[in-house]
Amino acid sequence: MSFSDKIRTIYQEQLNAISEAGIFKKERFIHSRQAADIEVEYPEGAGLKKVINMCANNYLGLSSHPEVIQAAHEGLDSRGYGMSSVRFICGTQDIHRELEARMTEFLGTEDTILFPSCMDANAGVFEAILTDQDVMISDRLVHASIVDGIRLCSAMHDTFKHSNMDHLESKLQLHSDKRLKVVITDGVFSMDGDCAKLDEMVALCEKYDAMLFVDDSHSTGFIGKTGRGTHEKFGVLGKIDIITTTFGKALGGASGGCVSGRKEIVERCRQKARPYLFSNTIAPVVVSGVLKVLDILSGNTERRDKLERNSDYWRKGLTNAGFVLKEGDTPIVPVMLFNAKLSQDVSNDLYNEGIYAIGFFFPVVAKGQARIRTQISAGHEIHHLDKALEAFNKIGKKYDILGRSKQEIIEMYGL
Amino acid sequence: MSEEMKDIVLEYVIEEYLEDEDEEISYDTPLISGGIVDSFSMVSLKRFLENRYNISIPDDLATPEAFDTVTKITVLVDGFLK
Ligand SMILES: Cc1ncc(COP(=O)(O)O)c(C=O)c1O
Repeated sequence: MSFSDKIRTIYQEQLNAISEAGIFKKERFIHSRQAADIEVEYPEGAGLKKVINMCANNYLGLSSHPEVIQAAHEGLDSRGYGMSSVRFICGTQDIHRELEARMTEFLGTEDTILFPSCMDANAGVFEAILTDQDVMISDRLVHASIVDGIRLCSAMHDTFKHSNMDHLESKLQLHSDKRLKVVITDGVFSMDGDCAKLDEMVALCEKYDAMLFVDDSHSTGFIGKTGRGTHEKFGVLGKIDIITTTFGKALGGASGGCVSGRKEIVERCRQKARPYLFSNTIAPVVVSGVLKVLDILSGNTERRDKLERNSDYWRKGLTNAGFVLKEGDTPIVPVMLFNAKLSQDVSNDLYNEGIYAIGFFFPVVAKGQARIRTQISAGHEIHHLDKALEAFNKIGKKYDILGRSKQEIIEMYGL
Repeated sequence: MSEEMKDIVLEYVIEEYLEDEDEEISYDTPLISGGIVDSFSMVSLKRFLENRYNISIPDDLATPEAFDTVTKITVLVDGFLK
């Protein structure tokens, strides 16, 4: 008997429970290219609606850039569509190695290894470099893909309170008997938009002879004066032992990721990391696109500068309107609503006003921390941001939350 | 079972796991099933107990159930001290 009624009932009950908890995720179908202006079908079957996208990771506005598309076309023509192989059998082209070298140069590290995604990089790296004699000490808010990588690794694991350096130091002392110690953090935290204190973390790692791991997925390409990432912003270029990042966000947004850092670590991954060894190579068309992105970014800093200006403008606009924001200075600007249903209602009303921004709530963020996470792009023009601010103002008034404190919003809507 | 040990464990849990805004907890507040300590972060508590009381708790006894309240933790540690 294959999919019996008993089996089906189990799954249906699980799915119903998700619906009843109000956290069933429905996808919205986009009929256009990824950009500031998109055309969306939502709910399914509805006519197309033109909206402004305020929730893409398209930080540099390169996802549909004509030069990137052109380079991808050329890569498709010269290197073909697929490789039908993992890297170590017959899946490594000259351009794969070229991209690894270019990322090494861009990030200021010793070597780089590509992965099918940054999720795969995070899932594979710890197991490849640590054993049960070692310890991993991670920030409590690291990305889910890092949590999975930690789970797959036999080394001991401990956590420290978010960005709390005293707590981290106490953990480094507690685990001083371990052979290898790795401190693990996101560069920019994806839900809150704050940065890890990498200067202090480097100092602590040096003091206690620990390695430092940074996932810079929400930074590579635009954080720091020339967009190298969080390590540039904090003046610690060359001092991060392991950086992971993605090509699926600012760097063109297609797919793929990498581990970049000390050459022995990279070589360990090439020999041992399971998602590298047992999953197909990145498609040549994607590699060609990312190479063009790096050309564009190495030429000048126009795009990251515009992104910074846009982000400032947006943050000031929302602050003046009277919203409660998470503090920070990155393009991730969370508008705090605290109550899960309120975040859903506000998101839906914004959509009706032509603004696409998604509400996040438990378990993606902690209970009572529901929010609309807005993300700014260099692809936004001031008129986009002004229109979005107008909509946020209107909806903020509707729910009477403008100028209200966290406490007041919680009193009105509950947690 | 010593009241002193209960207080030491409770104080550690508050210091280690609670954020400033969190509410107070008691000896019998469910820590792991109550979502205060995620099972992922439990290892620091285990290490703390081992160092402080000079014992070694085998992994198969360091279960989320055995670590769920301060009282239960104290019972577990007490067993090793005898
Ligand atoms: C911090 C962080 N790391 C890793 C990933 C995964 O990246 P990829 O899409 O390349 O698997 C994401 C994407 O959601 C992320 O936000």
